Amino acid sequence: MSSRETVLGRVREALGPARGTRVPVPRDYRRRLSGRQAPTRADVVALFSERVAEHRASVRHVSADELATAIAAALWGREAGRIIAPADLPFGWLAGLEGVAAQADLPAADRVQAVRGLDGLDGVVTGCAVAIAQTGTIVLDGGRAQGRRALTLVPPYHLCVVHADQIVGTVPEAVARLDPARPLTWIGGPSTTTDIELERTEGVYGPAVLDVFVVED
Amino acid sequence: MTPPSGDSSEGPGRGAAPSSAGPVPLPAPKFATAARAALSDGRLRRNLAGATAVLRARRDAATAELDDWEELREAGRAIRDRTLLNLDSHLEELERAVTGAGGTVHWAADAAEARRIVTTLVRATGEGEVHAVRSAVAREIRLDEALERAGITVRGAGLAELVMDLDGDGRPSHPLFPALHHDRARIRDLLAGGPPGTPADLPDDPAALAGAARARLRDGVPPGGAAICGAAFLVAETGTVVLAEPGGGGRACAVLPETLICVAGIEEVVPTWADLEVFLQLLPRAAVGERTLPAISTWTGVTPGDGPAAFHLVLLDNGRTTVLADEIGRAALRCVRCAACLDVCPVYGRTGGDPYGPGLPGPIGAVLTPQVRGVESAAGASLPYASTLCGACADVCPVKIDIPDLLVHLRGRVVESRRRRPVPPPELAMMRALAWTMGDRRRHEAALRRGTRWARLLSRGGRIRRLPGLLGRWTDARDVPAPPAETFRAWWRSRARSGGTGTGAGPEAGR
Amino acid sequence: MRVALFVACFDDAMFPGTGRAVTALLERLGHEVSFPPGQTCCGQMHWSGGYHREAAGLARGFAEAFAAASGDGRVVVTPSASCAATVRHAYPRIARASGDTGLARAVEDLAVYELSEFLVDVLGVTDVGASFPHRVAYHPTCHSLRALRLGDRPLRLLREVRGLELVDLPGAGECCGFGGSFAMKNADVSVAMAADTVRHVRQTGADVVCAVDDPCLAQIGGVLSRLRAGVRVLHLAEILAGPEAP
Repeated sequence: MSSRETVLGRVREALGPARGTRVPVPRDYRRRLSGRQAPTRADVVALFSERVAEHRASVRHVSADELATAIAAALWGREAGRIIAPADLPFGWLAGLEGVAAQADLPAADRVQAVRGLDGLDGVVTGCAVAIAQTGTIVLDGGRAQGRRALTLVPPYHLCVVHADQIVGTVPEAVARLDPARPLTWIGGPSTTTDIELERTEGVYGPAVLDVFVVED
Repeated sequence: MTPPSGDSSEGPGRGAAPSSAGPVPLPAPKFATAARAALSDGRLRRNLAGATAVLRARRDAATAELDDWEELREAGRAIRDRTLLNLDSHLEELERAVTGAGGTVHWAADAAEARRIVTTLVRATGEGEVHAVRSAVAREIRLDEALERAGITVRGAGLAELVMDLDGDGRPSHPLFPALHHDRARIRDLLAGGPPGTPADLPDDPAALAGAARARLRDGVPPGGAAICGAAFLVAETGTVVLAEPGGGGRACAVLPETLICVAGIEEVVPTWADLEVFLQLLPRAAVGERTLPAISTWTGVTPGDGPAAFHLVLLDNGRTTVLADEIGRAALRCVRCAACLDVCPVYGRTGGDPYGPGLPGPIGAVLTPQVRGVESAAGASLPYASTLCGACADVCPVKIDIPDLLVHLRGRVVESRRRRPVPPPELAMMRALAWTMGDRRRHEAALRRGTRWARLLSRGGRIRRLPGLLGRWTDARDVPAPPAETFRAWWRSRARSGGTGTGAGPEAGR
Repeated sequence: MRVALFVACFDDAMFPGTGRAVTALLERLGHEVSFPPGQTCCGQMHWSGGYHREAAGLARGFAEAFAAASGDGRVVVTPSASCAATVRHAYPRIARASGDTGLARAVEDLAVYELSEFLVDVLGVTDVGASFPHRVAYHPTCHSLRALRLGDRPLRLLREVRGLELVDLPGAGECCGFGGSFAMKNADVSVAMAADTVRHVRQTGADVVCAVDDPCLAQIGGVLSRLRAGVRVLHLAEILAGPEAP
């Protein structure tokens, strides 16, 4: 008998007559923020900004018109001279760059090169899939303007553009919007560790600095 | 069926009596014996007390903030129960989904088989080393030791893992914060004493220490090699693996290597993707008292052009089905490894993880370890008693495991196993005699009179400073008041005889 | 009201003053107290120690003693939160496990109240007319807090006592380390826990520690006495039974 059959057989035997019982799941928790928590869309956006900032990200609200200039200024301010961005980053986000070498992430010859090629870069600019107001979380799903996961893991600085309409109130709303078939990264601020006396300090992997630009259209 | 292994780190096979061909339980000391060393380590106690107090305060704030926390807990409990009662079909569904997404599923009936599978997979990559984000499951099956024995170097992928590596034989004290029991000075010493490259004048502020650790780990996980991780949840419906940890090393392991091997317990399944809307709220708040974790990664099989080219999922039983077979005890398998019960436990807060043995520490460990390893050994039998049943753990458990109730249930199993012994242990004889005495009013009253008289003989100045025998463990550090000459029932009777209702009781009486 | 008094076996021998105080208090409030003579022990020690067969026998004995004697209302009052919790939470489990339908029925018929529950919820009183001119720290015991969910009931009673100065106990809600057999089996950990409770008590400058479970007070008092700290331990009932305010 294979181990598969052994384990499944043990499970069935262990459950005995209880096997297959449909336990009712009460789902009385909130799916959306209450009217008191966030009466309007603007409050949802404001809550996201407040909460992601509590994770030590720096947050700026910009209009679509200002975005290119704001990105250029941020990269300049962070001394990010060499950056990478997903190949499908919207045209124009990087239009205002001066003195910054920006490269689009193109398929590499092999996987070693695909990862090693990220060494020495100062930062990455991406969009996101969903952002969650209640928890201050940004979710990347590798879709448009996000690229593969290594992009936002290796460089030390991440500038993430969040459109106001990508911000949902709660985790249930985010889960409903996301596609589990895609590889997801749920980011709660810059990379941190609390391994030393539970004090939050810069982590070992992932960008230590996270700038979030909330674009209000 | 897997041949029984000679290795000692197994849980007993299902239904196997401990004396049979089943694996031998680890010769571990009883909890009380092991706790003594921890209690006498002032630094450890101070660090633990400080850290658990911080975690408690954070968790209280993070859970009080949600007005639907109780509803989330109730949903979490129900989803976990539903999962467990349909575990076989969820596992089959999971296997189909992972395979369909380009992953490979392996089944391990016990720890030895899991170790063999992982070792073979790592060897097949041709690499002499592997990166690992240590999980409770990896520790349970002693994966690191097995890989090292096979000539494979295991590198920790996070700060805490590095610290624990440098600590040599030090055991992690907490499933989420393995180095929780170390203060910054100790971590500084470990890092400074490590391999060259660490500045001798390393300051001991966390930022500098993390910097030193980072310097050593930076080009840690190589793109060509293999990495090992655990999982927080496995979604049966979609085949998705959820990795959530406070450190962040997991993210690198999940993304950078060519081959990713995830070792997870069969109970870590949740039925649907939508169920994560509950657990991704419960887990961060219960585990670290935050609204979210620094990074949570999810993936389904392999994704061309993004992340590992090969993904292996090892599903481990190793005694879980034994737990599942116990109608009451199976509630412990709801556990989502948040460790909230550790941080509120007054016992764990003073002893740390060591005395709980090689399994999970804290209240949930005191419940799971004896269920998996049996209650026949002195160490196994001592774990269900390593609690005052104060109930703090049950109040914080995000999936509402009634840990005190399970501890009492397991104590019942300990006692039942002792009833089968040819010569009853002294405690059993005493408790039986006590129950017999109390089973009858007259016997009870006679015993009360005798006991009171005896205790009064031992007292001096209204208190007893030394009791004989087992009771001496009380008076090692605590006095006992001398019992008053008249029991309550004697007083009641004499009052009834005198026909009055005068009581003479007041705050100053009787003590 | 007619109430049947249940006195924990431990209190019967070691702290008879608690039962006397409950009697005095309830009679002063105009109620008729009986003491069913068949009572011995609720079986908590056996149940929580894992001696479930023995606990079942004691539970049956308890149910019989009180079914026979508590008369019309079948209201049972006990000054032990932990024993009340045993009857309320463990007895249904014992009845189910042993398949004893008679016990199950008997348990349903019993209304067992811990003293402060009875005073506040059933009688609706918080001012029992007591006076006690001392500085008092209230230690919420684990079973009163988490098994019976007494909340602030004992504190509401204490706040009405004339002359009593109630102080905040740091770490209130944390276990004192008694835990029944735990106090012996894990004596070192138990004492470490008690030492912390005692340290907190001494920080308050209280001269009395009060609780609704005497075994916990024996634990705390045992360390206080060993340290000759000059702090007394008293059951809530003993404070509430104090002389009526002028």
